[in-house]
Parts: sequence; C-alpha cells; structure tokens
Amino acid sequence: MDLSSLRYSQTHEWVHWDGNVATVGITDFAVSQLTDLVYVELPTVGSEIKAGETCGEIESVKAVGELNSPLDGTVAEVNESLENELEKLSDSPFEAGWIFRLTPSDPAQIDALLDRAAYEKLCDEEGH
Amino acid sequence: MSYLFATPEEQQQMLAAIGVESLDELFEQLPEDVRLNRELDLPPALSEIELDRMLRKISSDFATHGDRVCFQGGGAYDHFIPATVDEICSRGEFYTAYTPYQPEASQGTLQAFFEFQSLITALTGMDVANASLYEGASALAEAIIMAIRSTNRGGRVVISGSVHPEYIETVRTYLMRNNCEIVIADVVDGVTDWQQAGSLINDQTAAVVVQHPNFFGCFEDVKAVVDQAHAAGALAIEVFDPVSLGVVKRPGDYGIDIAVAEGQSLGIPLQFGGPYLGILACREKFVRKMPGRLIGQTVDRDGRRAFVLNFQTREQHIRRDKATSNICTNQGLMALRASVYISQLGPKGFVELGDQCHQKAAALADRLTEAGVGQLAYAQPFFKEFVFQFNRPAAEVIAAAQKAGFNLGPVLNRFEFQNPIPENSLLIAVTEKRTFDEIDRLVAALSR
Amino acid sequence: MENQIALQLLQDLSVPGRRATAFPPEELAEAGTSSQIPDEHRADHTLSLPELSEGDIVRHYVSLSQRNMSVDTHFYPLGSCTMKYNPKRHERWAGMNGFINAHPYAEAGDIQGLLAVLYEMQEMLGEIAGLPSVSLHPAAGAQGEFAAILTASAYFASKGEDRKTVVFPASAHGTNPASAAMAGYKCVQLKPSSTGLVNLDDLKQHLSEEVAVFMITNPNTIGLFEKDIQKISEMLHDVGGLVYIDGANMNAILGKTRPGDFGGDMMHYNVHKTFTGPHGAGGPGSGPIAVRDFLGDYLPGPIVTRETDAHGKTVYKMSKPPKSVGQLRSFIGNIGILLRGYFYIRTLGGVGLREVSEHAVLNANYLLSQLKDVLDVPNGDRCMHEFVASAASLKKKGVTAMDIAKRLLDYGFHAPTVYFPLVIPEAMMMEPTETESKLTLDRFADTIKNILAEDPETLRAAPHTTPVTRPDEVKAAREPVLSYCPCPTPFEVEAPTGVKESVPSYI
Repeated sequence: MDLSSLRYSQTHEWVHWDGNVATVGITDFAVSQLTDLVYVELPTVGSEIKAGETCGEIESVKAVGELNSPLDGTVAEVNESLENELEKLSDSPFEAGWIFRLTPSDPAQIDALLDRAAYEKLCDEEGH
Repeated sequence: MSYLFATPEEQQQMLAAIGVESLDELFEQLPEDVRLNRELDLPPALSEIELDRMLRKISSDFATHGDRVCFQGGGAYDHFIPATVDEICSRGEFYTAYTPYQPEASQGTLQAFFEFQSLITALTGMDVANASLYEGASALAEAIIMAIRSTNRGGRVVISGSVHPEYIETVRTYLMRNNCEIVIADVVDGVTDWQQAGSLINDQTAAVVVQHPNFFGCFEDVKAVVDQAHAAGALAIEVFDPVSLGVVKRPGDYGIDIAVAEGQSLGIPLQFGGPYLGILACREKFVRKMPGRLIGQTVDRDGRRAFVLNFQTREQHIRRDKATSNICTNQGLMALRASVYISQLGPKGFVELGDQCHQKAAALADRLTEAGVGQLAYAQPFFKEFVFQFNRPAAEVIAAAQKAGFNLGPVLNRFEFQNPIPENSLLIAVTEKRTFDEIDRLVAALSR
Repeated sequence: MENQIALQLLQDLSVPGRRATAFPPEELAEAGTSSQIPDEHRADHTLSLPELSEGDIVRHYVSLSQRNMSVDTHFYPLGSCTMKYNPKRHERWAGMNGFINAHPYAEAGDIQGLLAVLYEMQEMLGEIAGLPSVSLHPAAGAQGEFAAILTASAYFASKGEDRKTVVFPASAHGTNPASAAMAGYKCVQLKPSSTGLVNLDDLKQHLSEEVAVFMITNPNTIGLFEKDIQKISEMLHDVGGLVYIDGANMNAILGKTRPGDFGGDMMHYNVHKTFTGPHGAGGPGSGPIAVRDFLGDYLPGPIVTRETDAHGKTVYKMSKPPKSVGQLRSFIGNIGILLRGYFYIRTLGGVGLREVSEHAVLNANYLLSQLKDVLDVPNGDRCMHEFVASAASLKKKGVTAMDIAKRLLDYGFHAPTVYFPLVIPEAMMMEPTETESKLTLDRFADTIKNILAEDPETLRAAPHTTPVTRPDEVKAAREPVLSYCPCPTPFEVEAPTGVKESVPSYI
C-alpha cells in the first residue's frame, strides 16, 4: 500500500478512496499507542455515521481507543475477520487490517483530511 | 487515644528531615481563612474500656430485639451461619487487604473471587457472574441499565408489581434522569398477571423484570416472562432467592438473560440492613456490558495458573464517563462469606436448606389457618415466605408476638403497591433455623 | 512451604459424598410435612457445587489467605485508598447482639439505642464536614457521588432549572465522570495545569448556567490542597452551580479545615478509608453524604430523625426527607461499616482526629523528603497526606513504574497506586497513612533506593518471590475464563524450585 495515496484523520484513522467506496482503518501509529490489542467492536453495516463521531472501539488490556468515522456516510461492509484475528490490526494495519468500508454522502470531505506529510507531522508532535 | 506511632523524638527527627519547625507548618498549603481555628465539636474521646462499657449498655438496652426469635423477611432473613464463615472471613489477610490491583500480591483474593463467580454460575445455571455489587436493589438497577445498553433500547422497562417495593423505588431513583418509562405490571392474587403484562411490552422495551419467588413469597410464571420478553426483543431479568435454588428451578433453567439477587442469606448477618451482597449473573454474550469487577483465569510468565482482574476497560478507572457502571469498591468480604457458605453446604446442603425453609413455612401457614387467627392472603403456593391476613390489626399481632418473644413483620401497609393489599396483612418468613416448637409457640401466642 | 493441594480450585478438591454443613431432614419427617412446590417450578437439576468436608474448606481458604498482602501483614502505601490500621476492638463491638441481629424491618421503638448511635453518627459527620445535613444511605463512595449529583439535580429541578453538565479536573477519580454520566449529565473534563491544581482559565471557559456541579477532590489526587478552592467555589456559585467535594482524601484535613468552610456544597465520605472500616479485599464500603441545609430536603434516605414525644422523651425515627430523591438501595445503609466508623470517631474525639491528619501529613512529607532525591516528584517537595512520584525519567533505562511496583513486592512492601492520576506520566501515588512508623518509612525509602540501583532486567522480571509472576493479561482478555471449567491444561503439583532471587538480608 502506498501510504501517500491515503488520507488521514486527526484521530489516526486512514482512508482509501477508490472513487466509489472509502475503506477505513487505523494507522500503525495508533496501533503502537494501544499495544496488546484484545478486542474490537466494529460499526454496524447499514448504519449512518457522521465524520468525527465514534462508530466503534479498539481495546487493549488497559485502554480503550475510539474508532471515529473520518467521513459522513453509510457503513457498507465491515472486516469481520478482525474479531478472531486481531493481530491483523498490528501486522498489517493498512491492508489486511482494514476495519470498515463506507459510502460517503459527501466525497468532497475527503479533501479536507490530512495528507501523508501533514499526518507524519502530527505523529511527530504526539510522539514526543 | 489514637493509633499513631511517632514518639515526640521521632516527630522532631521527621520534621527536621522535612525541613519544617512544626506540624502546623506542614499545613501551609491551607489558606488562612479556611482553617478551622477550633477543635471539632465531637463527643470526648473514650478509651477501649470506657467505650466498651458504653456500647454494652446501648446494645443491651435494645438486645431484646436481637434476642427474640425472628420470623421477619422482606429481603433480609435470619438464616444459620456456619462458624467457618466467621472464622475464615475474619482473617486479617482477607479482611485488611484491598482491591487486588497487584495480582502477584493478591492471588488469595483473586482466586477466592474467581471461585465466587464459579459458585454463583453453578448455583444459578447462568454463564457468567461478576465479583459482587452492593446489594440486591441496586444490583437490579444495574441489570436494567445493562439491558438498556445491550438492547440499545431506552424507551421502557416493565417490572412486575410483585417485585420488592424498595427495589422498584431504587430502580426509579437510578433512572430518575433517564427518559426510560418504568411500567409496573398488575398483581392479581399475589402473582403477576402476565397476560395483561404482555400488552405492556412494546418494541422499545429493554427489559421485563420478575421476582421469583416474588416479594409475597409466591412462585411466578417465569417461563411466560421469558417468552414474552424475547418475543419483543427485550431481555428477561429475574430477581431470585439463592436459598431456593436447591429445590426451585434456576434462572438459567428458565432461559433468563440477567439474574440478580440479594446474597445476604448466604452467610451474612442481618446487621440492620447492610453491608449485604449484590449478585449479578448473565448469559455470556452480555459480558462486556456487565457492571463491576470480573476475575479471569490466565497463566503467569512461568505458565502457572494465575488470576487477574479481567475486562477492566469496562470499568470507571479506565472508561470514566463511558464505563458500564460507576462502581469501584464492591462487597468483596461479603462475597467471600457467601463463597465459604456455599462451599459448606454443597449440593445436598442446598436441597436440605430449601426443603427446611419451604416445609416449615408451609407448616406455619397451615397451623395459623387451623388456629383460626386468619388466612393466607393469596391462594398460591409459596417458597419460604407468605402473606397472612389476620383477623385483627397487624400492629396488635406484632405486639402479641413480641410479648411472647417473636419478631414479625414487615407490615405490608408500610409500602406502596400498585394493587391494593388485603388489610391486616403481614409478611412472614420461616428459615431452616426455626424449629417446630417455635412455630407452635408462635401460633399459640397469636391464638390468645 | 505452600500447600499446593489445598490451593487447588474448590471444584478440583470436590469428592462426591463429602459434606460439611447439613440440615437433617428427620425433623421434617417427624413433623409430617411435604414439599408443595408446583412441578413446573420444582428443581430438576443437581447443583454442580463442590462437595467438601469442613477441613477441606478451612485449609483451602487459610492457604489462599496466605497468598495475600494486607494491612495486618504489610506496609500498604496504596495512594488514594488510605490503608490504615483497622482496630480490632471494632470487630468485637460490631458483633454485639443488639447491632448484628437487628432486622432492617425492626420497629423503630424496638431499636432506639441503635438509632441513637446512627443519629449521633449523622451529627458527627455533619460537624467534621461543616455541612450539616447528612444521609448515611449510600453503599460506597461512588454511590455517594451518584446520590449527591441526583440530590443536586432534584434541587435544580425544584427551581425549574435543567442544567446539563458536570465539570471535573483531569486528575479526578474515574468514579466522578462515571457517576455524573449515570446521573444523565454531560461530562466536561478540564485540561491539566502545570501546577497540578485546577486549571482556572479552562474552568472559566467551561462555566455557564448549563453547569450543574463541579466535582473536585481536595486535597486533590496529586496530594496538593487546592488553594484557590474558595475562588473556584465563588465562580461556580456565580453561575448558580454547586461544588461537590470527593471526600476520598479526608484523611488529610480532619479538624484542620472542612469542606463546608472552603466552599463545598456537598461531599461524600469513604468510611472504610478515613474512619477505618476494613477494606475487605475490595469492600464493603460506606459512602454517607453531607450537604448544605438547602439541599437537605432532597437527600436520599431513609435518614434518622430525633423528636421529643408528648412525655418529653427523646424518640428516634427513620424517615425520608420531604423531597427525597428516594432510595438507591434497599434498607437504610451499610450499618456494619458505619458502626465501625462511629467507634473510631468516638475513640479519637475531635483532638484525636486532628492528630490523625497531622500525622498522616507528617508521614507523607517525611517519606517524600526521603525519596525526592531519587525519584521525580513533579509537583513540589511538600504534600498533604500523599504524593505522586513519576518514574518517567527511568524509561530510558527501560524501567517503568510498574517494574518498581512489582519489585517492591519482593521486598515485602505492597506497591503504591501506579498509573493514577492520569495527568502524571508513570505515576506512583504513595499514601503511607498515620499508622506507620518511622522505621517502616525509612526501610521503604531505602528499598526504593536499592531497587533503583538494581539491574533493570531484574526489575522487568519482577516479582520473583511471590506465588506467581506477572500474569498474562492479554491471554485473560482474549481467551476469557471467568468461571471454573475442567481445565484442559492440568495444573501439576510443582517440584520445589528453591530460592529464585535473593533479597537483601537486612529486610
């Protein structure tokens, strides 16, 4: 996966846009902040979600990470395999570890998300 | 008198090490105008022997209540407590430890609570039990909140009118600022009218609550509750009596989703209402919505079995305002008492216990009826408790019983019920502790 | 030296046919009774409970108890939990017939002595708080918080106000937001400040007529007294809000200052902490609340009232305040714990309680003075009854607060509270309490110094001498086992392994 082709949210979700459907996951930085993942609560297929709102959870032993939707839209598909293979989130956060796909109601919102350079800057700031 | 250690010399050494002159200087952080410039206005300090004398006097002044034979019920009962319960639970290693945040230094507590969870699941036939809540009424409120979360429905909760009135009030208080509507199902002849109740359950109903045996001692049609709740997509919640489970079907047998109980009967003294023990058990799929602590089994770095606080992300110290409950301190010591109690009885003990309570209660009801002092208020089978309607005012009955050395009550008119209660009615409970001689003497006293 | 047989799970110790407590059925047979339980409700199961002899049970639980640290056996500086000595006399008194056998539906006239004690307890707690209206009802501190927020909301409702938010500092106990959320309020957490005190600028930003309550622990969870508390209180009152004092840290200020005197409108006590009810391996607690007069009518109850009857005799009764929010539990309260608190206050009196706080603060400052050169204490070199050190600078050595905590266990000390408050990285929160000696504090400080000089690898692998090493919490969460299941991996009786790691001999 070419990371520079993705867009990113302030809360460490990535978005891949193929012109029809947006695929969403969490970045390697987010995974490293949580460590030892134990549980993921996926969004509900068919539900309407709003940008910036919580639509799922990722838990480690002693922390809870909220999964926020980067865009407004309808959840089209979720990666159910994660429920039993959580290690995909840490082993392959940008590919096999994708979390859900949504049909955006306003694809223009994608342009407002961070590009790779801006996101790397954000990680640098938060990492220190 | 106090329990301090530092002698005046040590105090001086410590102050010097800190770099201050006096104890007062340590309180510099307190702004001048908030300091209390007088001693607290409290009764004078008393030495152990003085306070002992005073308390003996106070206690003996009303010891007559505790000395009388107890036929009281309504959610707290005078059951027998084996000596091992007191002996084991007074051990300082349990008694003066706290929440097992450091599992390596708390394996005793953790294993004991894991075993408590195991004993409760075996007793109830449910999949999972937590490590305790405060007591029965708030456990019911927590179960309802759990049902609201699990079903994503917040519109309505249907509660049988035969649930303990203090439990219903507690649920109302807990949900005071929640938009959930609390609907009480009618009671006819001591049991819930589940046909009528069915019409109260709608597609926004999160839970249907039944107490079984109910507040009046009678058996409820739990199967109808479960069927009706599930048909509407709601959860079925049962308030059960742990003492009944050797002889009465378990919540798990009826297909209940969340089972809660007051665990006081399991080796905990009456002590005027608390501390008691909240029990909450549920089906496995609701585990992440459970309130309170959960102990899990795992292994240590060397592969040895070890126990830990599990699913802590549900709890307030991690999830804060999104926690499943605000509970922190629970009823650990009471859960330990219950564990020792259940271990003492074993499967056969529970059958004998249930038979004793039930058959002695039935005998008292029969003998009171035969004596012509009144009649059963409801023509229903009951477990260990029944409502008896006397031919004279309940207050007179209580006074006559007290005079003969017996405690009776509660009088039912102290509570508010949706459906009227027969006049002159008393709730009477009989435990395995009561003898047939006591039963006969009570009947005789009330026949005079 | 552990008895590995006795430490097996109860179910594994079970042998069919063993009995401990029996209720012989002969009595029933003689009386000629029979079961009248209808068939549809009659049990058709055999309970799968363990079958044990009394000796099995006693040996099992005594062996388990020996796998615990406790106040009776160890120094237990668990910050925020006030792990002080539990006087043994309390147990004897709480067990007196008049107290322990009182049924909650006893007639008030039958238990005047007990009600008099509870009434006096209400009065004493009101005096210590400087807040005169008291309800003993809540079962624990967290329930006290919830009860007080509901009390406040009933008060606001009576004025026709529907306020929406509860505000608290970043260093708040998790129960504060959890209680406020349960009461239906939106939670607003303030940004931390560099001083460890409430961030006044941020508070100002969030104050409006939407705010119902500001919840604050004072002294706060960092062990500092919020010196601006009167100003904070004024700010809240200016927008018509109320100030709630989380009383978890009352052990620092008994008889020195009172929540009611520094601007609090409501508070809870943790009786099992401040007034030394036993902590009971996690509870029971008791969380009475004290409020200003104008809130008294809304308190949960029942509470105890005193009247004079027609013959001039004092009579105690139980009743609900006129506009009470109602009950939050069955019956009046956790009387067994409240009685222990009563015994404690009566033993110490006003002067004794003041000395408790003075010595709690003395011990904490002394320990701080012994440790501040070896551990960072981000918020100054003076504290109230507890302080928070940070192990953040040790991270470069690969050592965490958790490693130090675990290594302390090897030396026979319970660990401090770690990773709380959240505003301090690698936090280690130490509360020695007043019931510890200088010797213990010296040894504890020496031990920390020793540990900091040890090989980081030894620390990361600690503890070495406890019955188990660090448990695998990831496995516990991913493959949950929450009740007994006949285990696929047999737990074999271990061969003795001998001493694994040496502990300095002076301990």
